[in-house]
Amino acid sequence: MSATELEPMVRIRGLAKAFGDNVVLRGVDLDVMPSQVVVVIGPSGSGKSTLLRCCNGLEQAEGGDIRLCGQPLLEGGRMLPDARLNKLREEVGMVFQSFNLFAHLSVLDNITLGPRKLRGIKRGQAEAEARALLDKVGLAHKADAMPASLSGGQKQRVAIARALAMRPRVMLFDEPTSALDPELVGEVLKVMKMLAAEGMTMMVVTHEMGFAQEVADVVVVMDGGGIIEAGPPTQIFSAPTQPRTREFLQAVLKRD
Amino acid sequence: MDLDFSPVWANWPDLMRGALVTIEIVSVSLLCGCLIGLLVGIGRLDPRRRVVYGACSAYVAAIRGTPLLVQLFILFFGLPQFNIMLPAFVCGTIGLSVYSGAYVSEIVRGAIQSIDRGQVEAARSLGMPARMAMTSVVLPQAFVRMIPPLGNEFIALIKNSALVSLLTIHDVMHEGQKIISVSYRSLEVYLAIAVIYFVLTGATTYALRRIELRLRAGGMVQ
Repeated sequence: MSATELEPMVRIRGLAKAFGDNVVLRGVDLDVMPSQVVVVIGPSGSGKSTLLRCCNGLEQAEGGDIRLCGQPLLEGGRMLPDARLNKLREEVGMVFQSFNLFAHLSVLDNITLGPRKLRGIKRGQAEAEARALLDKVGLAHKADAMPASLSGGQKQRVAIARALAMRPRVMLFDEPTSALDPELVGEVLKVMKMLAAEGMTMMVVTHEMGFAQEVADVVVVMDGGGIIEAGPPTQIFSAPTQPRTREFLQAVLKRD
Repeated sequence: MDLDFSPVWANWPDLMRGALVTIEIVSVSLLCGCLIGLLVGIGRLDPRRRVVYGACSAYVAAIRGTPLLVQLFILFFGLPQFNIMLPAFVCGTIGLSVYSGAYVSEIVRGAIQSIDRGQVEAARSLGMPARMAMTSVVLPQAFVRMIPPLGNEFIALIKNSALVSLLTIHDVMHEGQKIISVSYRSLEVYLAIAVIYFVLTGATTYALRRIELRLRAGGMVQ
């Protein structure tokens, strides 16, 4: 099978969503191919986080279709029934801006909870896998720490390990470095780059333009609830076709 | 004015037996009240589930809006009209449990709703069903936050239990009144009863404080 015949890992068609009168997504189409890294950028309020959250059913869209790993998540604005949605979510890892580590559990238990409860893996094996993941994100020494004692960057790396423990086929990152002190951003991006290099399919909402330039296969620019431009990073950053893309990039890059 | 505590000392075993009854009825009511409160509190989380939400809300409104004494009298003196005759101890326990449950339910609901939404989202995004997210992630965290207001509620329950003496239950209040009816030493006996209640509430406060400190020492900074 050639690359063009592969089914997209995430396939979004005509996705529409409103909070009351406020339309946040107006008919979005997007494909994320296996092993692709798609970075979504755009001004705040452009709908990029909502788009991402629709992709694992944390937000219910009113219209459109989403297929994940070849399975329908949303069909004509109707979401999969809960039991099957839960199963499908196991295939999709999610990393949040505010980490959302389980505050009452140690780092190790944060990572093993999902595999033990949902994949029926015995504690011993789950812990061995968790320690391997912690080693991978450089936090093997923090296995017994409680989340409150970690720095933001460490929390986010644990959150990534927690998501990976479910062995997802796609990872969604919702502004993973926006809540971090500037000096801690690098350690999280490093882990994300490593995942990308390993071939993980990733959809990343971020304001880190450097990351987008370096890692993205496709950069998607959103504004006003729609995609205004998409393409390889070289094209988006050096020769954007849309004036609004140019405005946005100027405003963001001037800040740096 | 002279105080004479000799009737208290002479009848001390009766008072202690009464205190034991108070402890019994409060313990059972406390457990049942917490169970009711947990279920009703969870039932009031989502107004979109109209029937459950409506029923739980009506219960809380009715119980909080009427005096405990009236509720107890309905159970004990009212129900026999329908030929439902429950033993006094059962009436007292049901009355206190149902009353306490209404207050506990608000404590439970408040604590659950104070847990950051992100915790549920993280659990659900791993693939957990809503119920598992509640039991494995939300409730363990909410429980720590319930302890201080639950302490208030337990203390209120201990003190409110004095009302069951009016249902012929031989609790510490009832035993005290029997001593007074013979000795006419109201002040001394009521002071003794007050001290006994104070010891019970103090012990409860102390125990809950210990539990809370232990849980916090576990590393949950909240």
